[in-house]
Amino acid sequence: MRAPTLATEGMTKEFGAFTALSDVSITVPAGSFHALLGENGAGKSTLVKCIMGFHAPTRGRVLVDGAPVTIRNPREARALGIGMVYQHFTLVPSLTGAENMVIARADCPAVIDWRKERQDLAEFLNRMPFQVPLDRPVAELAAGEKQKLEILKLLYLNQRFLILDEPTSVLTPDEADEILGLLRQMTRDGAISVLMITHKFREVTAFADAVTVLRRGRLTGSGAVGDLSTDQMARLMIGDSEVRAPAARQPRAAGPTVLELAAVFAEDEAGQTVVNSLNLKVHEGEVLGIAGVSGNGQSALVEVLAGQRPMVDGRITIHGKPFEPTRRDFARFKVYGLPEEPLKNATAPRMTVAENIAFRSFDRPPMARLNWWLRPGPMRAKARELIQRYNVKTPSTEAPIDTLSGGNVQRAVLARELSDDVAVLIVANPCFGLDFASAADIRAQILEARNRGAAVLLISEDLDEILDLSDRVAVMSEGRITFTAPIGETDRATIGHAMAGHH
Amino acid sequence: MDALITVLMAMVGGAIRVSTPFLFVSLGECLTEKSGRINLGLEGTLVLGAMVGYMASFETGNPWAGVIAAGLAGFVMGALHGGLCSLQRVNDVAVGIALMTFGTGLAFFFGKPYIQPSAPRLPSIPLADWTGIPHLADALRINPLFFLGIALALLMAWAFRTTRIGLIVRTTGDSAAAARAMGVSVIGVRVLATAVGGIFAGIGGCFLSLYYPGSWNEALSSGQGLMAVALVIFARWDPVRCFLAALLFGAAGALGPALQSVGVTQGYYFFNAAPYILTLLIMIASAKGRLAMRSMPGELTISR
Repeated sequence: MRAPTLATEGMTKEFGAFTALSDVSITVPAGSFHALLGENGAGKSTLVKCIMGFHAPTRGRVLVDGAPVTIRNPREARALGIGMVYQHFTLVPSLTGAENMVIARADCPAVIDWRKERQDLAEFLNRMPFQVPLDRPVAELAAGEKQKLEILKLLYLNQRFLILDEPTSVLTPDEADEILGLLRQMTRDGAISVLMITHKFREVTAFADAVTVLRRGRLTGSGAVGDLSTDQMARLMIGDSEVRAPAARQPRAAGPTVLELAAVFAEDEAGQTVVNSLNLKVHEGEVLGIAGVSGNGQSALVEVLAGQRPMVDGRITIHGKPFEPTRRDFARFKVYGLPEEPLKNATAPRMTVAENIAFRSFDRPPMARLNWWLRPGPMRAKARELIQRYNVKTPSTEAPIDTLSGGNVQRAVLARELSDDVAVLIVANPCFGLDFASAADIRAQILEARNRGAAVLLISEDLDEILDLSDRVAVMSEGRITFTAPIGETDRATIGHAMAGHH
Repeated sequence: MDALITVLMAMVGGAIRVSTPFLFVSLGECLTEKSGRINLGLEGTLVLGAMVGYMASFETGNPWAGVIAAGLAGFVMGALHGGLCSLQRVNDVAVGIALMTFGTGLAFFFGKPYIQPSAPRLPSIPLADWTGIPHLADALRINPLFFLGIALALLMAWAFRTTRIGLIVRTTGDSAAAARAMGVSVIGVRVLATAVGGIFAGIGGCFLSLYYPGSWNEALSSGQGLMAVALVIFARWDPVRCFLAALLFGAAGALGPALQSVGVTQGYYFFNAAPYILTLLIMIASAKGRLAMRSMPGELTISR
């Protein structure tokens, strides 16, 4: 089977009055590697969902090898040889690789002859450029292996047009390079065509043949990768809107140690050790960035620090004094935080913006008399002040916070956490899912806190963010810190190797 | 020495006898939970199955007609649970509790006229009468449903591994998104799995009225349907381990009567409570157990 050519003509998708996608036409020739670039909400996902049959387009059509086709659901897409690798894995965790592949086949027999199937699978794997163990439950595989298995599954099902939705977000840079390199080789051989959604310029320039850029549902530019500079692509992506200049990093000498973690252990729900004898120090006026592939214990570490997960063993001190993650100690040591998914981890979603902003101080004067009689007046006044200062877009102080957009929830939480004197700031994936302007804004706020002398612990899966903000970089792998270096003495490649566990 | 052998024999016999309803209900629950739903209503299904089975056996004069009728009653209860849970924003645990009282109430209401009359009971298969040892012969007079249950457990274990249907049920229970991507109707699979699980529980119920104790009354079930839920967790959602766990529960249930038969009457009620104590201990132990957490189907409401 040969790689197909796929094109869309005038794709438009309206959700009520909102136009998510407006008149987008792209062509992915057989055997090419095409990148689809755009910010969150630019319409990339809507476009591929229309191709895959998840959405019925309002207008426009899909052509496969020049002939118009109708795709009403993902099964019809599959029958045409169009397969998609999603951002989140679609493999069934408790099934083995072999079971996952065989059950996904349209002609899966009612009773499976495992001896024959194993033999067929082994022959299939021999023809493939990469291997994955097929007899273990998928839950036991590493992220990179799962991603490879997702791709192998599509090839096993004879899909020759692969749509990849940010396929590298869960991979180390080395794993990402390996997988994308192999896919590019397969496109060169004419075995497959690839359409990849991404927002990483590096992946576009290194692997794609051509690129299409979307912004606010419209096609803003396209062309061969060689004809567009990264700068031009960025401009097409974000438009000419003013982006707040990155906050200047004021040079400062390393202050005294503020936050110190010694031999910290934590377990996940199933009792596996996920934070394994972790040691780290954060100094005054310093951003310590912790890089790492998702799932190496970062979330558990943040939860331990936020008091959401018990610490099995170890010691946390601030200025040498023992710290317990309780409300009293947060206030006493001036510890603040911006956890990932703030709507879930740092707010009561149905309570109002004003109430959420008051979480830290609602039981102290001036918001409460005698520490228990709450006074809504001062609470709203404070909220109004912070909403203005941190540029939170909300209809009023009385709107439930879950009616706000992601960036505004993030700003509201940051306003609450940064409005006082901050000694320690713990931040996890602060810009996940935000557009350029919001992300730049949040990052500037974090750097300002650092400039004012806060000890900042930044945990992020976005390596660029780490490189941007940190004074020192650490890498977390399998629950420990495996690498630390001042930002000036390391680079992307070194950190990437450490993330992959080579050190 | 003799007394000890008598007790052990009585416990083996008791384990086989008492375990049968545990086995059927836990296999039914296992199937339902593998598809991603919890049916706590199986206690109600069990009681209704006991009543309907007894009624059918009495009316037709054939105990096997009772078994089939009990299975059908279970199917209806399971389908009702499955159907109700498929509605928007309906919680399977709450529906289960409602159906538990519904099934029991229904059985009590329609069962009143059948408390007195005596219906034909299921025959037993004498495996050891030829030995001439009365205790052994007694212990190994085994009910046919026990063998049916073993066959069912093995069949389920095989099906979960090597059939398309089995893999689809496991997929649905572990990742609804993956099942949908495969073009499988998640709700359809769950309704069907719950309904078939109901059949098993209904058959387990008719064992109570048609074999042991062997008559219909309102105090027939002593919570087997609820304990079976704990048993499935203990068995880590594996049909063959469900069988072993059911035997263990059966042996615990037989402890009291076995001790009484050799004249140990002290603490009779305490020993009778053995299965309940065992349930509590198992719930605590398996809540801590790491393996159980890992084999739990990902779509269960309690694991999300």
